[in-house]
Amino acid sequence: MIHLKRTVPLAIAFLSGIILMLQYFIPHPASETVLQYSQDWLTTIAYVAMLLGVGSLLQSHSLKIRRQVPGWGYSAVALITFGLTVLAGFHGKEDGPGGPLNWIYENLLNQMSATMFSILGFFIASAAFRAFRARSLESTLLLLAAVIIMLGQVPVGAHLPVIPEAAAWILAVQTTAAKRAIMFGVALGSIATALRVIFGIERAYLGGE
Amino acid sequence: MIRCLAALLLASGTLAAQVPEGFDVADTPGDAGGSVVASWKQLPNEDASVTYVVSVSRSKDGPWEEASRFPATGGFKSDAPKYFWFWSSNREEHFVEIPAFEPGEGEKGPIEIWVRLEVVTPSATAATAPLSATPRPNWWNWPKTNVFVFICLFGVATFYLIRRARRDPNLFIRRIPGLDAMEEAIGRATEMGKPILYLNGLDGMSSISTIASTCILGQVARRVASYDTQISVPCYDPVVMSVCQEVMREAFYSSGRPDSYRPESAFFVTNDQFGYVAAVDGIMMREKPAACFYFGFYYAESLLLAETGGTTGAIQIAGTDSVTQLPFFIASCDYTLIGEELYAASAYLSREPIQLGSLVAQDWGKIAVLGVLLLGTLASLARLDFFKHLLATF
Repeated sequence: MIHLKRTVPLAIAFLSGIILMLQYFIPHPASETVLQYSQDWLTTIAYVAMLLGVGSLLQSHSLKIRRQVPGWGYSAVALITFGLTVLAGFHGKEDGPGGPLNWIYENLLNQMSATMFSILGFFIASAAFRAFRARSLESTLLLLAAVIIMLGQVPVGAHLPVIPEAAAWILAVQTTAAKRAIMFGVALGSIATALRVIFGIERAYLGGE
Repeated sequence: MIRCLAALLLASGTLAAQVPEGFDVADTPGDAGGSVVASWKQLPNEDASVTYVVSVSRSKDGPWEEASRFPATGGFKSDAPKYFWFWSSNREEHFVEIPAFEPGEGEKGPIEIWVRLEVVTPSATAATAPLSATPRPNWWNWPKTNVFVFICLFGVATFYLIRRARRDPNLFIRRIPGLDAMEEAIGRATEMGKPILYLNGLDGMSSISTIASTCILGQVARRVASYDTQISVPCYDPVVMSVCQEVMREAFYSSGRPDSYRPESAFFVTNDQFGYVAAVDGIMMREKPAACFYFGFYYAESLLLAETGGTTGAIQIAGTDSVTQLPFFIASCDYTLIGEELYAASAYLSREPIQLGSLVAQDWGKIAVLGVLLLGTLASLARLDFFKHLLATF
């Protein structure tokens, strides 16, 4: 049993990791076929897992309704709308404009997503207000850089001396340098993590030590 | 008189068209077998008035079909370092990539390609004898070898340091305040009797940041199990949900608290980006978690999640390799793991010498990158292109 739970997953991770890493360097069609196979497997697993996801969704909301936890009404709404959407999906093979599923997508899902996204503007303002308070030398520098960048991005900034050039310099030199430094770290970290997983040094994703 | 003029024109090369030296047709190096390349040395004193015409055929005797036509000022091997790298001789050789023939009915590939080169000047044309090559798939992409060598060197350094860590477990690891604060956040949740909210980001299980996130979840779940507190893991992806359930189950079992494990702790919400945000924000507002952990890859939803979490008064710790979302987390969270700290987190929390060895390797790698940057800058200032070419990726 321990083999099934530990050795087999580790062997699969090792073989898949090594083969797919080498695949990047091998242009032969056989290597492309291996990549295609692995992507097909991934798609298949994702579709099968979607059933697990739906099962989990139904289970977690049913549990909340059964236990009458605070806010269980939302779970009831989630289950009812889930059922209605599934029913709408069975309405005809080609659900074009005006069809029930399309109507739900266009008039409910899209609008609610746009509403959530639009809140971002207000959150950016509140986060910026907190981040730009000049409490230390670093935050004062941050505030100064932010003011220059903001002025450099608006039409009035173009008429101010030095500001457009300073904003362009901050974006092209300072920001790019910081981003690249992070990217270097990310690249090295990715390789180190991949090596740890491939060679079974990192086993936490299997739940083990 | 006319003979003299003709002789002068011939000597200046404007009348006669000569066949270039070194005409060769070969399989394209480092490709999947989709083409062949014809190459030849540039003519002495060639200019824009000279045109090269490359024709192809399935047989030596034709019929010929024009595959490419270009002036002598272009089409050098140096324009395609992907195939020929950066050798200085590439600036003196022309080349044309010729796509492989599609096999006809009853034909089996790959098909031999016959190539003929014509040199056209304003007043004359000369053609080479046809040559042939068969496109073959290659087993190694040589221009990518530098990436392979780097990975091998980094891998060797990692394993060396892991071995060293086995012998001497007292390796110096710099402190990561965000990870030190995790213990405090879990303790706070236990004292307050409130749950911990753990998010894995919006990428699937094939993303390295999601793998890192599930590894951190393993360590967090171990502490959650030993403190006997509650954890909630709303998932965006069903595969990630299954992995999270397994990770948490193992963590609770290995901590000796199998009775405390609730499979419904990790649950699927939706794989609609803003639907997920709405659901998680709702959970935050209703359950008021004591600590919110955001590890993995995030998109526009990062600030929506972190700002809502902030209003509930939770300790917030984030870690992402998404450069565009880092500023939002830094502005909204108490602690943020930047870039590679996300990958280091699991090893850092486990405190296992073997895993810590790989963290030291990451730092060694960064020192090496700094060294390469310095050398590259000096080489560029000295107009030495060799260094730049050595690090080019294709």
